[in-house]
Amino acid sequence: MIAWFLRRLLQMVLVVLGVVTLAFIFSNIVPGNPARLVAGPQATPQAVQLIAHQLGLDRPVLSQYLQYMWRLLHGNLGVSYALEDRTVSSEIMGALPFTIQLAIGGVLVEILIGLPIGIIAAYRAGGFLDRALNIVALVGLSMPPFWLGLMLLYYLAYKVSLFPLNGTGHPLVWYLVLPSFTLGIGGAAFYARMVRTTMISVLRSPFIEFARLKGMPERRIIFRHTLRHVLTPVVTMLGMDLGYFLGGVLIIESVFGLPGVGLLAYSAIGTLDIPMITGTVLVAAVFVVVMNFVVDVTYTLIDPRVRLSRR
Amino acid sequence: MSTAPMSSPLLETAAAEPTAVTDPHFVRVALRSLRRNKVAALSVFVILVLAIVAIFAPLLAPHDPLHTFPSGLSNQGAPMPPGGKFLLGTDESGRDVLSRLIFGARVSLLVGVIATGLASLIGVLVGTIAGYAGGIIESILMRITDVVMSFPLLLFCIALIAVTGPSTRNVVMVIAFGYWTYLARIVRSLVLSLKEREFVTAAKTLGVPDLTILRRHILPHLAPAIVVYTTLGIASSIMIEASLSYLGIGVPLPQASWGQMINSGQQYYQTAPWLLIAPGICLILTVLSFNLAGDWLTDLLDPSDEVTRR
Repeated sequence: MIAWFLRRLLQMVLVVLGVVTLAFIFSNIVPGNPARLVAGPQATPQAVQLIAHQLGLDRPVLSQYLQYMWRLLHGNLGVSYALEDRTVSSEIMGALPFTIQLAIGGVLVEILIGLPIGIIAAYRAGGFLDRALNIVALVGLSMPPFWLGLMLLYYLAYKVSLFPLNGTGHPLVWYLVLPSFTLGIGGAAFYARMVRTTMISVLRSPFIEFARLKGMPERRIIFRHTLRHVLTPVVTMLGMDLGYFLGGVLIIESVFGLPGVGLLAYSAIGTLDIPMITGTVLVAAVFVVVMNFVVDVTYTLIDPRVRLSRR
Repeated sequence: MSTAPMSSPLLETAAAEPTAVTDPHFVRVALRSLRRNKVAALSVFVILVLAIVAIFAPLLAPHDPLHTFPSGLSNQGAPMPPGGKFLLGTDESGRDVLSRLIFGARVSLLVGVIATGLASLIGVLVGTIAGYAGGIIESILMRITDVVMSFPLLLFCIALIAVTGPSTRNVVMVIAFGYWTYLARIVRSLVLSLKEREFVTAAKTLGVPDLTILRRHILPHLAPAIVVYTTLGIASSIMIEASLSYLGIGVPLPQASWGQMINSGQQYYQTAPWLLIAPGICLILTVLSFNLAGDWLTDLLDPSDEVTRR
């Protein structure tokens, strides 16, 4: 158990280090001089050189990398190039609340829409309703999120002023309804299909048949016996989705003008703000990796047959 | 990921064949199943129509997609609504939307097919080597896969394009480079269980070289999974291309791409919603068709049961 935990932890750290290194390499082979972007278009070559020196850009890449890693060990993500005097961590902390609330909203939409549809489809397996729901789910999966977002804005915010048009305001929840829906709908479709498949196979298993023969009410069969099995794959996907969403969902944030981590990363790439790029990518990777770990642990809680050491 | 296949005698016989794709009768079996499955038939039809439109775009487009028509803008300089000379209206520069949509099909299909093809090639290669070789090689390859997978795909694409500059070729490379991981994982797990099977052991005992075993005894069994995930991958690749173009870092202007049409149209969405609706519907139809086709192939070929069956 402890050995498993340690091995897993080491694996997680390795993956995160790999991601950071990759981000660092990318940022450094970008053609273009960050110092020039910081100095501005009118700056003299001397000024550019001075800034490059201040940022440490005139040193070999390897020594920059080692210094970055050393700071990272101390929890220091560095100072942004583009936004003077702001630390990367404070910028990320400022953007995180939007991203976190959006991620939670997205995941809620996934469960609240996906789960019931999957269950209904499984109960009508092969029937008209099932086939219709399957196609609806596939349409949901095939819809480009940015397009859906724009359509929702056009019809529900512009034509009928049901929701606020853009950006953030008070109360924030109100501003997050459309983005959350847009974010979650693809996942909801995916969950519906997954739940349906699992549910069909569970409903055919002998222990359900036995419960039926015993005269157990159908509601009890669903809630007590079937859902428990259906939940295992749902929890896996949910955890992975949450980790992924928490890393920032650029498309949704950009359509709805939400200042989350995704937009932060996007603008950092535009200004060649290397510490900010690496920082946001690091945060995204940490969320993904940590959520994967949480999923593995949750498995054992839902399904005692799964032993940690086996994985 | 797939729906449970509804058992029908036909599907059973098709799936019972271990190498349905390499089977000489495969085309006939597929056609027969299409005749029964109307939805799948429709999706294959849409894909064929798209392919034809993409190939013959210059002949089918009513106008030059890059040409700015003086009559394409109103006196106030606004885009023209659908109707008249321009069947689906004009965009903010007075270009014909229908012609741009037709040429956009070219970009979507080309990027989708080539990027997914490349990704499949890398994925199968990495997955097969990792699964067959095992040991340290497997560990290294799978950790690399983990790293690429944990890297946010869209940011990955954006970062790579920031390095290489926006061009259609770079979009293809970037999608392929971000997407191969999925197939690599699936193929590895298939190879892991395939190499324990009796016929592989038998071949090894007879002294058949590894490369021959891979080619003759393992690759054919991977075919169903490769076909299914490549089809589904095309849907995803088209979506990623559209997203990148929407963000303004995909296919560069003035070349037409559906995602980029939505991007440039979004500032006019209050006065000219057709600029958004038409390319959006094209995207949905295309991605949906590939997803439906992938679904149908999953039922037909049953890629997961391929190994566990018997």
